[in-house]
Amino acid sequence: MQRLRTILAITAVRLSIAYSLIFGIVAVVLVLYMTNSTVSILRGQIEDSINTEIADLDESYKHDGLNGLLIKLERAAAAPGANLYVLTEPTGRIIAANIRDIESGVIGSDGWTERPFAYTRYNQGDRHHYYAIARIVALPNGMRLLVGRDLGEPERFRVVIGRAMIMSLGFMVGVGILTWLLVGRRALKRLDLVAKSTERIMAGDVGERLPVTGAGDEFDRLSTRLNTMLDRIARLDEGLKQVSDNIAHDLKTPLTRLRNKADQALGGASDSEAARAALQEVIVDTDQIIKTFNALLMISRVESGSAAAELVALDLSALVGDVAELYEPVAEEAGFAFELSLEPDLKIRGNRELLSQALSNLCDNALKYGHVEGGEGARLAISAKREDGKIRLEVGDNGPGIPSSEHERVTERFTRLEASRTLPGNGLGLSLVRAVAQLHGGTLEFADANADNAADGGMSSVAGPGSGSGSGTQSGPEPVRRPGLRASLVLPAEPVS
Amino acid sequence: MLAPNPSETTFKVMRILLVEDDSEAAAYLTRALNEAGHTADHAADGEEGAHLAASGRYDVMVVDRLLPKMDGLSMLKQLRASGDVTPALILSALGQVDDRVEGLRSGGDDYLAKPYAFTELLARIEVLARRHRPEDTETVLRVGDLELDRLAHSVRRGGISIPLQPREYRLLEYLMRNCGKVVTRTMLLEEVWDYHFDPQTNVIDVHISRLRAKIDKDFDQQLLHTVRGSGYILRDPGAASERPFDRNA
Repeated sequence: MQRLRTILAITAVRLSIAYSLIFGIVAVVLVLYMTNSTVSILRGQIEDSINTEIADLDESYKHDGLNGLLIKLERAAAAPGANLYVLTEPTGRIIAANIRDIESGVIGSDGWTERPFAYTRYNQGDRHHYYAIARIVALPNGMRLLVGRDLGEPERFRVVIGRAMIMSLGFMVGVGILTWLLVGRRALKRLDLVAKSTERIMAGDVGERLPVTGAGDEFDRLSTRLNTMLDRIARLDEGLKQVSDNIAHDLKTPLTRLRNKADQALGGASDSEAARAALQEVIVDTDQIIKTFNALLMISRVESGSAAAELVALDLSALVGDVAELYEPVAEEAGFAFELSLEPDLKIRGNRELLSQALSNLCDNALKYGHVEGGEGARLAISAKREDGKIRLEVGDNGPGIPSSEHERVTERFTRLEASRTLPGNGLGLSLVRAVAQLHGGTLEFADANADNAADGGMSSVAGPGSGSGSGTQSGPEPVRRPGLRASLVLPAEPVS
Repeated sequence: MLAPNPSETTFKVMRILLVEDDSEAAAYLTRALNEAGHTADHAADGEEGAHLAASGRYDVMVVDRLLPKMDGLSMLKQLRASGDVTPALILSALGQVDDRVEGLRSGGDDYLAKPYAFTELLARIEVLARRHRPEDTETVLRVGDLELDRLAHSVRRGGISIPLQPREYRLLEYLMRNCGKVVTRTMLLEEVWDYHFDPQTNVIDVHISRLRAKIDKDFDQQLLHTVRGSGYILRDPGAASERPFDRNA
């Protein structure tokens, strides 16, 4: 019962019931109307034929007298499918008839019988009652003549139609019920699945997703949407969790160090100069912790995608040019050859601040890790160009590079490769770059800068130390075989609208 | 107006309104501002802040964003709506770009994310207090014998023309407009490059040293000085500094 009620509560089932009812009523009305009009047409035809016959018989009586009438009657009665004929005396006694018996009182009335009357037939042995309509006329000598017609045909028609109607209505109701059961049960089943998944998700199984059958129906569409939403929530949740984990694990260490320094300064407070220096260090450390903290917040904010709404159309070429201009003197000061290759009019939907910071992080990294032993051949190469309908924003160096097995790991928070542990840094720079790339619908890729020297000859050339200023490629005679690192932001170009 | 105004580079006592609900932070700031030679009044919530600010006695306001009774942004909006133009610096734990934009739209003139170094705060409010003075419209800026023509976009020192890159020009212009005030690296990044992040590399230092090589190197008197732990200052050698608190120490 509960189940039936649930099925009835489904919109589709309710609608189909309503439609079936309306359709049924219309069908019944239509059939009734058709039957009635057909029956009345048939009756009209019967009445016409009877009228004609009576007129004919009347004519015979007038012309040939009773004898002529009888002869005519006899002939008519003998014909196949004959009408009913009864001739009586004025008293009502039957003189001649082609039926055995007739409902009493019928012959006494005049004109059309008001309703079908019953009669029995000869030569069929049975006492079966048949029904007919008839017209009765009085002859001038007082005799009465009845001419009638069996109603078999229209009645049979009515019965056939009625039976057909009952059968088809029954069939319709049957199919309807079957459909409701199937549709309703299916819908219920799907809803049950969704409900169960939801319960599991609420119970904490955040990896659970709503079932998608692949039928492409409204349930699938809804489930897909909900799954996308769940994915996003999971991503936000994951980001939040990671931040708190990071804070727990990676901020505790510097905080402990900080505390120790303060402790030591307090312990050896006799020397105010040393205490001062320790406090100075405490401030530096604190600043570093704050920076780390801010970077973490920033990354999770970017990763959550809440900044996606603030992406605007901007000129990436100009943006890259600005950052390059900021770094060019620094690179040269540090003994790096600076190269800038900038395709003009690269349009993108983006966040200027975040993209600038991402590029700045890549430049910082190149300057930090891109040193070349012996001090010669270091370079910072910034380029931005269209490539396969996308925009590739690249920062290259001639440093030791990153082994390809580590490419994935370096973008994780707080990852610091062995070689870099001695250098200052918090291991968050590339995490932010990757988050910025993803926010813009792009990716962060790494490659060995000098893997394809043939394709990119300028990349491996040596620049003499301090050999002038200004951008542009500087070629030296001796090629350097260093893996180098090429970090690329591959971003979707703004769609041409 | 062409002659440099001596008072321009002379230290000036500022009256500062500090609207901050954390009493410890407020006490620290008040003491530090007093040590720097300024006077500070403290309001503990937005309503009190709005009430005090309405007196119009202050050179600059420092407003915390999250305040009891009336938050800092609402307070500023209310003040701006009533025609108050006292420069305001918003302090906030929210330091993202959109938070900053929201703060500036609400009537703030500068935005500083917590936690901050006091030198950064001091440098910013000293620059803010100067902003609303009329000489911002001057076409020629002068510091000592250094001359910057804003119409011709040209720089001369002692009559010798010094060619500058566009960014160097903007850097110098900002320093000259704030002559006698310490400007921090962050302020330069924000004002000259419009970046609100801190690059790990010492990018600003390198740009400053390039500029210094152009405007100071061939001259006897140095104008552009580094202030350790804070930033840079462009000083007019002719104007005596009466700053009671020497931040070069």
